[in-house]
Amino acid sequence: MNEGKVRISSGCAIAGIIDRKREMFSGTDIIESIAVMHERSNGLGGGFAAYGIYPGYEDCYALHIFFDDKGARQKTEDFLNCNLKVGMTEAMPLRKVKTVKKPPQIWRYFVRAKEQKLMEAGMSEDEFMVQAVMKINKTIKGAYVFSSGKNMGVFKAVAYPEDAGEFYRLDEYKGYLWTAHGRFPTNTPGWWGGAHPFNLLDWSVVHNGEISSYDANRRFIEMYEYECTLQTDTEVITYIFDFLIRKNNLSIEKAAAVVAPPLWEQIAEKDQKNREKLRRLRGTYGSLLLNGPFSIILSASNGMMALNDRIKLRSLVAAEEGSRLYVASEEAAIRRVAREKLERIWAPRGGEPVIALLEGADDIFLKQDEAN
Amino acid sequence: MKKVYVIEDFCIGCGTCMVYCAAAHSEYPKDLLKAFKLSSLKPVPRLFIEEEEGNSYSLMCRHCDEPLCVYSCISGAMFKDNRTGVVKVDKERCVGCFTCVIACPYGFIREGSENGRSLPLKCDLCKDSFDMPQCVEHCPNEALRYGEE
Amino acid sequence: MGINLVMQEYEVLRNEAKCIGCKICVNQCANNVHRWDEDWQMIISDDKYCVNCHRCVVFCPTGALSIRKNANDFTFNANWENRHIKNIYRQAQSGGVLLTGMGNDRPYPVYWDKMVLNASQVTNPSIDPLREPIELKVFLGRKSALNEKDEVFKDDIFPWLELDLPVMFSAMSFGSVSLNVHKALARAAETMGTYWNAGEGGVHADLKKSMNHTIVQVASGRFGVNPAMLKEAAAVEIKIGQGAKPGIGGHLPGEKVGQEVADTRMIPVGSDAISPAPHHDIYSIEDLKQLIFAIKEATDYKKPVAVKVAAVHNIAAIASGIARAGADIIVIDGFRGGTGAAPQAIRDNVGIPIEFALAAVDQRLREEGIRNEVSIVVAGSIRNSSDIVKAVALGADAVYIGTAALIALGCHMCQKCYTGKCNWGIATQDPKLVKRLNPEIGARKLVNLLTAWQHEIKEMLGGMGINAIESLRGNRLMLRGIGLNKKELEILGIKAAGE
Repeated sequence: MNEGKVRISSGCAIAGIIDRKREMFSGTDIIESIAVMHERSNGLGGGFAAYGIYPGYEDCYALHIFFDDKGARQKTEDFLNCNLKVGMTEAMPLRKVKTVKKPPQIWRYFVRAKEQKLMEAGMSEDEFMVQAVMKINKTIKGAYVFSSGKNMGVFKAVAYPEDAGEFYRLDEYKGYLWTAHGRFPTNTPGWWGGAHPFNLLDWSVVHNGEISSYDANRRFIEMYEYECTLQTDTEVITYIFDFLIRKNNLSIEKAAAVVAPPLWEQIAEKDQKNREKLRRLRGTYGSLLLNGPFSIILSASNGMMALNDRIKLRSLVAAEEGSRLYVASEEAAIRRVAREKLERIWAPRGGEPVIALLEGADDIFLKQDEAN
Repeated sequence: MKKVYVIEDFCIGCGTCMVYCAAAHSEYPKDLLKAFKLSSLKPVPRLFIEEEEGNSYSLMCRHCDEPLCVYSCISGAMFKDNRTGVVKVDKERCVGCFTCVIACPYGFIREGSENGRSLPLKCDLCKDSFDMPQCVEHCPNEALRYGEE
Repeated sequence: MGINLVMQEYEVLRNEAKCIGCKICVNQCANNVHRWDEDWQMIISDDKYCVNCHRCVVFCPTGALSIRKNANDFTFNANWENRHIKNIYRQAQSGGVLLTGMGNDRPYPVYWDKMVLNASQVTNPSIDPLREPIELKVFLGRKSALNEKDEVFKDDIFPWLELDLPVMFSAMSFGSVSLNVHKALARAAETMGTYWNAGEGGVHADLKKSMNHTIVQVASGRFGVNPAMLKEAAAVEIKIGQGAKPGIGGHLPGEKVGQEVADTRMIPVGSDAISPAPHHDIYSIEDLKQLIFAIKEATDYKKPVAVKVAAVHNIAAIASGIARAGADIIVIDGFRGGTGAAPQAIRDNVGIPIEFALAAVDQRLREEGIRNEVSIVVAGSIRNSSDIVKAVALGADAVYIGTAALIALGCHMCQKCYTGKCNWGIATQDPKLVKRLNPEIGARKLVNLLTAWQHEIKEMLGGMGINAIESLRGNRLMLRGIGLNKKELEILGIKAAGE
């Protein structure tokens, strides 16, 4: 049974490392970090998101696609050629790993939208890409786009995360922001698309927890042209941040206050301006409150945010070391890869976002219009 | 002193107070059915329900500061308890002349009898058997209040 | 007059061994069932006037009374049930429409009872409301999309009602119910941080101080409507229809229009107050829009405007039209909703269950992408806290309770509201009967009821691992159907138990 057909709950490990000065480092650190938390996953899903890994292709959307068979690939490539300008195309470079079994065909394409198509659709290129990815995932059987951002990529597998990292040769990539996920599903998905991180445009989300508000979140966000085909928390969380930050221009802090708002009694204690702001936010987007236990790391080209549910029902630790900021489910995962002495290590409070942006960036998501 | 007051807006004249008052002063103060079915004398209430123009009021002895019933008593049986302020009858001393009945300006004392002897019957705030006057305790509409004025 | 073919409905059983002849039953029965007979020297009961309201039973200090359904049945006939035969006798006698009170009493399926709730086990912790906060605050009104760059974010352009729990008291007019009912509802609403609805006919002068917890109605008769009332109220509700009698207006007979009702409704004493079936200035959706905006103009856009409709077949499209006409709140009243008086044929046969109406409306508004622009309040037989939880999970923002509130005030559901002789002081204007409802006791009981439900809602939410009611709203995964067919599950948008 694949995600999308059934809702599967899972417990997990998450980790993230960013260098705020954009200093590049290989995937080795994040692999080591997540490997420490081996016990928190069970080999049924592991994956990574890496930012800054495709220099030279910054302007292109990098599509990473799983294909069940050649037919699905053919159909997908027909669709891509029809709607997009397809640049570099290649089979994903992989390494044979004994524990990674029955991989699908994995390809990557560097693409841009065709201008004519954009005109016809009357939307931004980002929006066009979102629609194209959703169309492939929904209509082409056996094809699944699992990464579609610019100068970033998601790499995931049905395997322990450290094995997935080895499989995808992540030690050979260099990025300034890495996140990782190890999964402990309570069911056997056996489907690579169901592993995490979840990705949309530059967004990627890794998540540990089970959202009790899932259907309230899903039914709300689906009003705004998102379709939750996977029925996973990670998918809906990604859409929520995309909706709040990209579509509605809310700041990352406000988005965090929507998904993990303070209690009403805490809001009542704020000064009038903040009280009114929070009341308005919570009252308007109550359906986007993520309830139940979670720790998540949301990343985009300009940085990452780690966030706990508002009553902290999942573990999350953060640490700083010079320009680097680490977050992980467990402190050990950070200490394992810290280079020198950590300057500060702390457990963020429930609902209190840890935001780490690149130097000079004023928001997490690099808006395409502004980037161009 | 603490007395029973009626809240006119809520007195519905149902008579529940009278039933419990009568029972409280019967041979079986704590058993309504026995009070009415087994008592040798028919239980008599100490309070009254007045009705006028569609309104009803449950009324009983005001335990006056200047108790005319006490002043008029020829045998010294009617007295005001210094400690509680309750106006009571000393049954041993009472000669059953009912001067008190005539003297009470409100008409809140009934003529009654006990074992063949004439006796005035009046509210004693249920002090003998209960902490709370039974009319107040059982009023279904909270129209009776026991407390300071 | 001859004989009456309709046999008495109830029998009064008096246990003579327990009767002490106190005559409380005599003075409490407004229907004159009980009387003291000087010849017999005992209380005689005339069964045929008994409406089974239980006033005498509850008031009898020795428990000597009980009421039984009259055992005299007609010869068994599954087709010609007793009620059909009796109704024909009645109508053959009177030539009139059969009237009744309260909600539909027919054995239609109650879908609340065919849905069960979820709870967390292992993968997700349940939350203990005694140890952790669980939040029930709800805002009703239009929720415009917030944008960092928009002024909307700073200015309170769209007014909201703030509810401390997702329950309000449904519209019941002064006239159909007594002033003491209104007083009890108003006090309870203030205490609990919610709202009560005064129904058509305005708000009595004694309740002016509670206006910030009062929702007022503009209904087809326009009784009691004036600019001051609209401005002072917390919100204004345009009443198009009522679940108990969709398509039917209202009729408050002149005998119930005493001085106080007349003053409040702004009509002459003793005149019939007739609310037409439709609003005669609303014959289509665009007319509704005009009225909504006329009210918004009159209230300087500071008050949310609700539109209340009965749940009828095409409710989803109707609700969508109402949202687009500018309403801030849509109130849907299901076919089991109560009434002070309705033709029995209408009450029992017109409209659809609120569960379906709610599911269909919530889904339609989402499909059209406008669910967040309007709040949904449902009414029409919310009986307990789990009904509320299920309603919210189906998609409601809040519920209205009417019948449940009256039961808390003492109503014994005898369905004789239309007679004006309510022994419980609820559906009456007779001053002697009105006194029977002490609004202080009433308010306390309503507060107790809502407090109890609040605790229960928190327990159920906590069990689901949810600590804010907004995370339950429309969260249909928390529901499963039992004994429902595929179509019913599809309409409710829920899975079957075990799925």
